[in-house]
Parts: sequence; structure tokens; C-alpha cells
Amino acid sequence: MNYTKEDILSFLKEVKDPEIPVISLVDLGVITGIEVKGEHVTVNMTPTFIGCPAMDYMKSDVTEVLNKHGITNHAVNLNLKTTWSSDLISSEGKQALKKFGLAPPPVHNNIIEDLDIIEHAECPNCDSTNTTLKSPFGPTLCRSLHHCNNCGEAFESFKPI
Amino acid sequence: MTEEALKDLLYKIADDQLILGHRNSEWTGMGPLLEEDIAFSSMAQDKVGQSLAFYNLLHQLGEQDPDTVAFTRNAEQFHNCQLVELPSGEYDFSLIRHFLFDHAEFIRFQMLAECPIEEVAQVAKKLKGEVKYHVMHANTWVKQLSNANEEAHSKMQSALDYALPYALGIFEPSKYENDFIEAGIYAGEKAIETQWKENIHMVLEEAGLKLPDWDTLKPVYGGRYGKHTEYLQPLLSEMSEVFNEDPTADW
Ligand SMILES: [Zn+2]
Repeated sequence: MNYTKEDILSFLKEVKDPEIPVISLVDLGVITGIEVKGEHVTVNMTPTFIGCPAMDYMKSDVTEVLNKHGITNHAVNLNLKTTWSSDLISSEGKQALKKFGLAPPPVHNNIIEDLDIIEHAECPNCDSTNTTLKSPFGPTLCRSLHHCNNCGEAFESFKPI
Repeated sequence: MTEEALKDLLYKIADDQLILGHRNSEWTGMGPLLEEDIAFSSMAQDKVGQSLAFYNLLHQLGEQDPDTVAFTRNAEQFHNCQLVELPSGEYDFSLIRHFLFDHAEFIRFQMLAECPIEEVAQVAKKLKGEVKYHVMHANTWVKQLSNANEEAHSKMQSALDYALPYALGIFEPSKYENDFIEAGIYAGEKAIETQWKENIHMVLEEAGLKLPDWDTLKPVYGGRYGKHTEYLQPLLSEMSEVFNEDPTADW
């Protein structure tokens, strides 16, 4: 049977980021294109960070979910035709990040001049912005480290890029 | 512009990143602070991943696959500048090297993001966003350490004085400078160098570190043409040893 683009999109919503299992690849913004031609389905993806080890897993998870829905005539491409930006994360995705305990990235419209933009990230535990940036580099390439002066907790943020 | 010229450009960028990535990874578990430990590991992962993106472009141009190119060449076949191969040494030196190198790299990617070769422009556009964080990290720490106390300040100044001639080697002109400029690939090494001097000057001034008169410095050239210090070959041997033990391992 033939699926529509919307069907494919809803299948891909099942695929979560392996490092942050609460956000789907669609909400993360790494799915940059879906083409349906008859029985053939093409999915284009773009990496969050070029050295991100999770990208290969994401790609095979996409392949797997297509197979699961009986779509075997497909191509899943990972390329840089669209440059990923944290502004591509959907508002649903940002909610999910916060619930997971990661401060979502602020909207930056491609203007990131200095670290001021993450100097006072909003604490996901208590919503305070009385926070201090500890390091722009966290345990994975996409995260930064912070400390909340209000509730005293350390937290991580998904950094704007 | 010939394909040979383009390969020359891609090789030097990829080799710089691969070598500095491996040097930075030496700080894993050794950083002066846990945050710095994580930062250097994270930047190392970025750089090695970035080098792979360029080795992939080279592979598309007919060069051997990234594994072979990265782990089986000898020192004289590497085009990295000597700055990146120097031993990690003290933290001050590693930080200054990271500062000097990433400022140059950021300008390079800014320029290449406008390159008419689409594949190159796409990679550069992607990477300048990532390298921006490396630059911001370096700026913060250079200022912080230099303003910490007298001893830290003088150590930073000596690290800077030692690193600068090597840093100028980043901009060693290639045989193809004019070809790149004429084809609009990028504005060339001289142009990066000029912009770089301006950018680092601003940060160093805030850090209270002195730049010498540029005319008194003799750039350390040779790296771009395969001439390296005694420190590169042992590093390469170590990298290929790890690779040979498990060729399927991730980068
Ligand atoms: Zn808090």
C-alpha cells in the first residue's frame, strides 16, 4: 500500500533521540525532508553536531521504523543540505526537553555572539534565571553545564547553535 | 582551479583537526578542573568528527577512505601546521594553542561557508557554528586565567610567546593561493591571518596579555609541505596502533 507524507511523518514521531529519549527526531528538527513517489520513500536527515555519535543510531532507527511499517523501498540520507539549528526544535520538543530536566535552547535567529546567550539559562527545576554557566561543554556535544543559585541544583542545557 | 589544489586545501584542514583533536583528547581525565576535562574531551570529539567530514569530501574526490587516510599515512604525508602536533604540555599551553588555532579556524570556516563549491560550503557552514563554541570557550578561559593572579598571568604570557611563531605557521601559504583567490574559494591565508590578528588582539588586550611586534616573529613554516617536528610521528604511530587493534572502532 502507498503511504502519504503525513503518514511517514507520524511514523517518524515514534523515533526518539537515543541520548534524550523523550524527544522525537521530528521535534528535534533533524528530519529535513520526506518524499513519497509511489512506493518509494526518501527521508533526508541532517546531523545536530557533525561529531555526534548518536546520528548513526538515529539513521538506523529511521530505517527500522520504515521497515516495521512495511516500507522496504526506501532511502534514508544523512547530509548537510539543510544546516541544523537549535531553532528547528519544535515547541513540543522544547517542552519535552524541560520535562527531561534539560533547559531548552533559547531562540537565537542565528545570532550567537558570545556566551551571554547561555550565561543565565532558565533552571528546569525551579524556573529561576539566577543561574551561572559552568561550561559551554557538557557530557555530550549538544549540552552545556550550569548551576542554579536559587535551588542550588546543577543542571544541563541543550545549547543554542 | 585544479582538483589537486582543492585536495591540498581539504587535507590541511582535515589534518589540523585530526591532530589537534587527538592532542586535546590527551586532557581526558587530566584537566585542571572537571569542567575543563569535559570541555577538552568534548572539543576533541568535535574536531575528530570535523576531520572525518573533510576526509569524506576527499574520498568523494577519489582519495582513499577516511580510515586509511587518517591512520596509515606517515608524518611527511601530513599537511597539518606544526602548532597542532606539539605535545600538550602544561594546561596553559594547551589553552593558548586552542585559543590561537580556533580563532583562525573560525575565520576559515566563515570564509569557506561562502565557497562556490557547494559540498565544501555546506560543511564549513555547519562547522562554523560548532567552532564558535570553541572560540567562546577559549576567550573565557584565557581572560579568566590571565586575570587570576600574577603567577597565572606570567605563565599565560610565556605560553603565548612560545606558541605565536607556531601559530603563524597556520597561515603558511600554499602553492595554490592565487588559484583559490581567483576561483573565489576563499580569500587566502594572508587574509585569514590579517583578520585573525585583529580578533585575537581584542581578547588578549582584555586579558592583559602582550602581543609582540609581529615583525620580530619568525613564523614556523613547513608543516603544510610535510615538514614536521619530532613529535608528530610518535603521535601518528600511537593513533594507528589503536586503530589496528580494532579497525571497526568508531572515530
Ligand atoms: Zn533552580
